[in-house]
Amino acid sequence: MDKIAVTCEENSLDAQVDPRFGRAAGFLIVDPDTMEFEYINNGSTQVMAQGAGIQAAESIAKSGAKILLTGNVGPKAFQGLEAAGIKIGQNLDSGTVRQAIEKFKAGDVDFASSHNKTGHWK
Amino acid sequence: MKIAIASGKGGTGKTTVASSLLSVWEAPVIAMDLDVEEPNLHLFLKPTITGKRTANMEIPKVDDTLCSKCGKCGELCQFKAISLMGEVLMIFPEMCHGCGGCIAICPEGALTTEFRELGEVTWGHSGRAEFLMGRLRVGEAMSPPLMRVVKEKLEEMMDTVSNDEISKDVIIDAPPGVSCPAINAVMDSDVILLVTEPTPFGFYDMKLAHEAFSPMGKPMGVIVNRAGLGNNDVYDYCAEKKLEIMAEIPYDRQIAETYARGSIISESSDEMKQLFISLAEKIKQTAGSKKSQGGMS
Repeated sequence: MDKIAVTCEENSLDAQVDPRFGRAAGFLIVDPDTMEFEYINNGSTQVMAQGAGIQAAESIAKSGAKILLTGNVGPKAFQGLEAAGIKIGQNLDSGTVRQAIEKFKAGDVDFASSHNKTGHWK
Repeated sequence: MKIAIASGKGGTGKTTVASSLLSVWEAPVIAMDLDVEEPNLHLFLKPTITGKRTANMEIPKVDDTLCSKCGKCGELCQFKAISLMGEVLMIFPEMCHGCGGCIAICPEGALTTEFRELGEVTWGHSGRAEFLMGRLRVGEAMSPPLMRVVKEKLEEMMDTVSNDEISKDVIIDAPPGVSCPAINAVMDSDVILLVTEPTPFGFYDMKLAHEAFSPMGKPMGVIVNRAGLGNNDVYDYCAEKKLEIMAEIPYDRQIAETYARGSIISESSDEMKQLFISLAEKIKQTAGSKKSQGGMS
């Protein structure tokens, strides 16, 4: 199965899903079959004045994950993720990374066709 | 001589001072509104407009048949205006600052230019003064690139000297704040006037402006507007930092009414006219003494 990227507040499957995509603390890139994962620190985008969503989308594209589970995604990040062929599950920030993946495996995640947050200048 | 009228805090009276100073300044002089996000000097000068041009900025455009997806452009760009998403090179035009770095670094020559509209540059005349302003396009977020185009037009206007003996003075209505637009507006000036009000907000933002502009080493003076309001913090700070208070405009209902009607306050009474004539003298002295001391132009 394709690898899944999940925004996370800490480097752990039991960490809370970070509601922010662009400025998430980090990403867990999880193999849903074995639940093995690697951690990508996304802290550097938190000091960017702009372009955090684009930077984060670039990181996910590079990681090889084909699915993203997160809270909120802005317009530019959404465009970028879509261009890279990554499916986006939003509004999953009420639980842990493990719970989000279980929800996905159970077929309970709807993939978004548009971003759920507007840009800062709109 | 170029005189920048800046403030830190917005709404302290930059345009009030700029329009009044222009009214008593002898020609040849150019009035330049560099507050391109919200230009308003024209509301007081009511200039006759004789020309305008659209200001554009070069941004990158990709030829996908030439792009090798190396991603060097995206690594270079500090603003994420160009980014390699998997196998797709994406350009976000509104993020671009127009540096041209991506085009220069592309090894395949796959990037060429197209344009993003920044806004409009308008010019004309008002009484004895020539007039120049920039107005940012609604939705555009970056002022400095447009301000550069306005300044290019200023250079053209400076070059057309009617009388060979006298070069033109420029009075600049600057934007508020202390970030890039404000710095851009004052960086070419010979004198910076900080307009403030003696309130906690006015004091706090004047201090920020003084700190931000000080490294440029230009002579600075303070104009206290709404004098009589607030407290003594502005005066104490100016005394401590040896900043000259060049004028005090009283906190007065008559002045507010004159401004609200779109009239120029130095034209509303003899007292106000004298205040600005005396301010104009002090500005010339400040610029002149600095020149003789430091040889700055």
